[in-house]
Amino acid sequence: MGTVYDTIIVGGGLVGAALACGIAARGRLVAVVDGDDRDFRASRGNFGLVWVQGKGAGFPAYARWTAMAAKYWPDFECELRETTGIDFGFRQNGGYDFCLDQVEWVARSEEMSLVQQHTRGEFEYEMLDNTELKRRIPQVSGDVFGASYSDHDGHVNPLYLLRALHQRMQKLGCRYYPNQRVISTRPKNGSFIVKTSSDRYQAKQIVLCAGLDNQRLAHELGMHIPVHPIRGQLLITERVESFLPCASLPVRQTMEGTLQIGNSHENVGFDDSTTLDVITRLAARAVRIFPHLSGVRLVRAWGALRVMTPDGVPIYHRSAHYPGAYAISCHSGVTLTSLHAGVVADWVCDDAIDALIAEFSAERFDVSNTSLRV
Amino acid sequence: MFRTLASGSEKIEIYLDGKPVPVPAGISVAAAMLQLGALPTRLTPVKRSPRAPFCMMGVCFECLIEIDGLANQPACQVEVQSGMRVRRQCGAGELAS
Repeated sequence: MGTVYDTIIVGGGLVGAALACGIAARGRLVAVVDGDDRDFRASRGNFGLVWVQGKGAGFPAYARWTAMAAKYWPDFECELRETTGIDFGFRQNGGYDFCLDQVEWVARSEEMSLVQQHTRGEFEYEMLDNTELKRRIPQVSGDVFGASYSDHDGHVNPLYLLRALHQRMQKLGCRYYPNQRVISTRPKNGSFIVKTSSDRYQAKQIVLCAGLDNQRLAHELGMHIPVHPIRGQLLITERVESFLPCASLPVRQTMEGTLQIGNSHENVGFDDSTTLDVITRLAARAVRIFPHLSGVRLVRAWGALRVMTPDGVPIYHRSAHYPGAYAISCHSGVTLTSLHAGVVADWVCDDAIDALIAEFSAERFDVSNTSLRV
Repeated sequence: MFRTLASGSEKIEIYLDGKPVPVPAGISVAAAMLQLGALPTRLTPVKRSPRAPFCMMGVCFECLIEIDGLANQPACQVEVQSGMRVRRQCGAGELAS
């Protein structure tokens, strides 16, 4: 205790670390108070996509927000790579999302069209039939109906990205405090006191980026941030020769040749274990899309908990009761990194009014407002 | 570099990168590669750096090799068999088509 920071960020995952980089780059003194290695950490278990396809089909601002994130990624990546010397494998050369049957294809097509409308045509995409898809990726099965494709999509190695953000934020002067369990976040005379299991921190501003713990921590600061866990299981194969030209779902190939298979969604509470039935289903779907993978061995599988809001759209919330208190919750920590280190940091630093960010306030979940949105 | 303790054991023939070579029966593919001096046993997928058997007990995965058409087999855990086709990998294993 003693130091009064400009900003305390609670949570050192992809969201908190990116925001810390952005705020520290604007000359502020930042403390990042992070949890334990054994906490639920979406940032250490995710798929690694920079993904625009289908995001915000039912929420126009989210579609525009995601398209903006993808547009800012190349410059953001270049700066982060050059300042840290860490190549986190960013490739933004398109993405395929495979549709096994016509029903999936039609539903996808409608989603993509909505995203295009919401972004006023900025988001461009193609719906491919099997013939065109096989022309581009010959290993695709003849049984796959088709795929959606977008140039805006890409992927990274999410663990290297997290490491690069941590290195960058510390180079920019952020103080990093790991293994802290936050007990309380209390407003006091225009500043905030964060009490942890081992210490106390004080700052003029506080931003909650604590994933699934945001709901608990926000309460004391007069904010209602509804989040719940949605488990995804993820399979890792041995390294195989490269055959996928770019990012793809639900099978993606890393730059080292490893295949990642995922995209399961399970509402099972705070349980990040793996289950044989989901592993089997994921593997079977991958082999239906790419029959030549049937002999490939799995080397690892894990479960991770997505941070989900009731409508699946991020929350950027500023406390009405306590100026200087903010909460950020999203499940697209990779895709939105370029904004979190940029315009979101501006929004926090300048306490500015941003019409687009204002659309993501958690006020949309207040009972009196829920009839306005579906 | 390597010398066997047992002498006079029975020899069998395996194919290494397509060429027939005699090796003692009952030893692992990794031990055979070391005896033959057939090093490196693979090149890594990303940086193409050379690798050879290391732990000889199935935990380090340095000795991965293609055996009878199946890539990425731990050579130290597989016993040589007469007629076995062993192929050194350059990079990631090839997918059976």
